[in-house]
Amino acid sequence: MITKRIIPCLDVKNGRVVKGVNFAGLQDVSSPVTLAKFYSDCGADELVFYDITASSDGRKLFTEILCETAKNVFIPLTVGGGINTVEDFDRVLKCGADKVSVNSGAIRNPELIRQAAKRYGDQCVVLSADIKRVDGGFRVFAKGGREDTGMEAISWIKKCVAMGAGEIVVNSIDTDGVKGGFDIPMLDAVCSAVSVPVIASGGAGKIDDFITLFQTLPKVDAGLAASIFHFGEVKIRDLKMEMAKNNIPTRL
Amino acid sequence: MIAIVDYGVGNLFSLKSSLDAIGVESVVTSDAAVLRSADKILLPGVGAFEDAAKKLRDSGLAALIQELAEAGKPLLGICLGMQLLFEKSYEYGVHEGLGLIPGNVRPIRDVIPQDYKIPHIGWNALHFRGECPVFRYLKEGDCVYFVHSFYAADCDDSVTATAEYGAELTAAVARGNVYGCQFHPEKSGNVGLSILKAFAEL
Repeated sequence: MITKRIIPCLDVKNGRVVKGVNFAGLQDVSSPVTLAKFYSDCGADELVFYDITASSDGRKLFTEILCETAKNVFIPLTVGGGINTVEDFDRVLKCGADKVSVNSGAIRNPELIRQAAKRYGDQCVVLSADIKRVDGGFRVFAKGGREDTGMEAISWIKKCVAMGAGEIVVNSIDTDGVKGGFDIPMLDAVCSAVSVPVIASGGAGKIDDFITLFQTLPKVDAGLAASIFHFGEVKIRDLKMEMAKNNIPTRL
Repeated sequence: MIAIVDYGVGNLFSLKSSLDAIGVESVVTSDAAVLRSADKILLPGVGAFEDAAKKLRDSGLAALIQELAEAGKPLLGICLGMQLLFEKSYEYGVHEGLGLIPGNVRPIRDVIPQDYKIPHIGWNALHFRGECPVFRYLKEGDCVYFVHSFYAADCDDSVTATAEYGAELTAAVARGNVYGCQFHPEKSGNVGLSILKAFAEL
């Protein structure tokens, strides 16, 4: 039986993990390679590296870090941040990434999805969508959630899937950072609209939030989070044990 | 020394890295002399069957791999590399494979319920059929990472492991010295590394 995936997300700037990371026993907690290996050993099913660097020097550093990670960590790696062209796909895939996530780059140029899917296959192209409720509807936001694009989210996601996005990360701006649980109504709307895997993001604060997510919406394939893993508020091993106890298929 | 066949499809960085990590000497090559002198051969592959099969044939590597496999050199196909071991694929048309294992490659869609998603992507448990030396470090139910939309069919005699996804899908095959994994051992954590280690030790 296919298992539900647990995915920690690492924001990387100038080759270091940003957002404080607090783990006893880890020497260099802001090294992406060290942290990636730690998560892999804890049972993470996949890792997302998000490049929040603006400079080209930082970008070069990011690809070096990615190569180093792929030499040491043998679970799927997804890379996002600053992906605007097919050349950007090429750059990170050559360093050992398995999937590439697009967000603002696809909003600026939706053809990017079609071009990348044609060259690398649908399974390689992940659409990441930052979604917020506006006037009772779901709206797509760009630029890290700062800019309302005016686009209706469900039709945007359907369009991207039709063009070749093989997986969707739904990041609810409404629940992000609140730690009150995943955005079940929003995720339900997306799951009902598309038949590709859906990854829930934004809102997890405790183990129970993941249990509620997978029990309420069996169609959701994975749960993604950042700081609650980094700060040890949720330990991946404990989370997966609890999932197993609740009969949620998980890889132990 | 293990030769990883480089025929211009997919990225071999992770596969090479995984062998490095377990201390197994390997080389990424399309050179016939290197392939002949290697102890074992890894046939990777991602993407479309037709394109990959054509590249293997056009480069002359298909005939060489057939010759070496028939002479008894251990060969492990991974993902599309496994599918290429079969006689035919029905992926957008009908295409010829290497014919090293009897059977055909067919769409998963034909055998799974409508509400199951395609591709079959993620970690799934292996269920073994009999004993296979490349799985000697594994136990029943160990999970490995899959990404595929087509599967090996009509090959019951060669199936060594299956995965449940609304149907029993072929996860691994073996026929004499020829082995295949539908999943990605190089992306399956320690379980995957131990499969590569067992293959290297054959």
